[in-house]
Amino acid sequence: MTTNQSVRTSLAQPYLEGLTEHVLRYQQCTACARAQTLAHDACQFCGAETLVWHTSTGLGHVHAVTVVGRAPSDAFRALAPYTLAVVTLEEGARLMGHASPGVQIGDAVTATFFKHLDQTLVRFEPLG
Amino acid sequence: MHQQSNIDKGCNILKQAYIKGVGNTPFGRLEGRNTLDLMAHAANAALTSAGLVRAEIDGVLCGYATTLPHLMLANLFCERFSLRPQYAHGMAAGGATGAAMLMLARELVQSGRCRNVLVVAGENRLSGQTRDSSIQTLAQVGHADFEVPNGASVPAYYGLMASRYMHEAGVTNEDLAEFAVLMRNNARRHPDSHLTQEITVADVLASKPIAEPLRLLDCCPISDGAMALIVSSEPNAGVRVKMVGAGQAHFHQHLTALQDVMNTGAGAAAKLAFREAGLTTRDIDYLGVYDSFTITLLMLLEEIGFAARGQAAQRVRQGDFSQHGVLPLNTHGGLLSFGHCGVAGGMAHTVEAYRQFTGQAGARQVKTPTHAYIHADGGVMSSHVSLILSREG
Repeated sequence: MTTNQSVRTSLAQPYLEGLTEHVLRYQQCTACARAQTLAHDACQFCGAETLVWHTSTGLGHVHAVTVVGRAPSDAFRALAPYTLAVVTLEEGARLMGHASPGVQIGDAVTATFFKHLDQTLVRFEPLG
Repeated sequence: MHQQSNIDKGCNILKQAYIKGVGNTPFGRLEGRNTLDLMAHAANAALTSAGLVRAEIDGVLCGYATTLPHLMLANLFCERFSLRPQYAHGMAAGGATGAAMLMLARELVQSGRCRNVLVVAGENRLSGQTRDSSIQTLAQVGHADFEVPNGASVPAYYGLMASRYMHEAGVTNEDLAEFAVLMRNNARRHPDSHLTQEITVADVLASKPIAEPLRLLDCCPISDGAMALIVSSEPNAGVRVKMVGAGQAHFHQHLTALQDVMNTGAGAAAKLAFREAGLTTRDIDYLGVYDSFTITLLMLLEEIGFAARGQAAQRVRQGDFSQHGVLPLNTHGGLLSFGHCGVAGGMAHTVEAYRQFTGQAGARQVKTPTHAYIHADGGVMSSHVSLILSREG
């Protein structure tokens, strides 16, 4: 992998560990109950500092999608072209992952997991 | 118009700040010159342009360089270039760094801290490293836990953003392509441009897919080059280019955290700058707007209000943003065709505006502007800096 492990924050550790267990974890604010996108020290909406990790159903809708033709590193060259999507999970958090070719904005999807080199990654697949 | 009311705009105790001189290297593949060589070339040209000698420079701001990640780039440069400023440091805000340095230079001059601030950046981003290395470095602007592990690249972040914006605003690939063609046509009139081969909308649409909907010609090149400007309390004789407004906005870092593609922070930064200047978008008659990708330029123009949502490409087709249109845009060719070497790429828009104000734009000269609007963004529409420049004299 080209990602430098040393720059990884511990803040997202529950999410990263969740991937290896094939679940999607996200933070939720205990004050305003809103789901957080990425990992935060304080609620991105109300600023409250008590965020707790929950497990998502993995269901959501495609918010944005691209097909990567030019991989940024050797580690992904063999996969290209591959589809990446930002999905709005039904709990409200947004998450980037791989996606089945051909998915469109607005499509209902569910999270699946796959192993690439030494990492577990998310692939969103169409529902039904 | 608004010009007169601007003369004494702002607090009486604040001094005025002017752009006094500019300089640049050509952009492209400049084999055999390192980052400091390029910075020195541009800084020398800016000193000559401003009619200043080294001893008169009392402030220095340097933009970061990915090929020279030094802890104290400003000191490194000043020692070599033989400057002994009272105030100096490096800065980093991604693609917005150049505009952020100019904003700070203005504040240093306004406060009386400095009289002549050299703002300089350069980088051998193309010849100083492999293309793969550059692409990998840039991809780290993504989130280390949530984005980068997916094999996402900078074009992928912009491709994702483009898909959402095009969906919401009704923008087509043909619309994006218009901006690539406009920038190329502009670059063809500048002797220092990186890319000058003529292209058509069809060429853009037929170019290699990079991160769909973005294709190769929707993306800026990686270049070598440098830019420098001097911000001063004392304008030059003749046309004076005054910095009359500035604003910033920082809503997020990562693409995933961009909550609303219709409200990235660009409009918020612009609003602050316009309020300070006492001007509106209708007063502007020259634009220097950041254009790392065609989608960047289109979204910024529409969010700031220089075109209605989904209508920016129509203004290109009408000729509004062309050299002799009502609102000339990036007449040097922008990042998309003049080239992109990092921080200096985002300074080129202001250097060109200065040349347009002062009648030094040669074959690119437009009807002398009265008010120019400059915008730069870093990351994925993450850091926004707006500047407004006005002509006096």
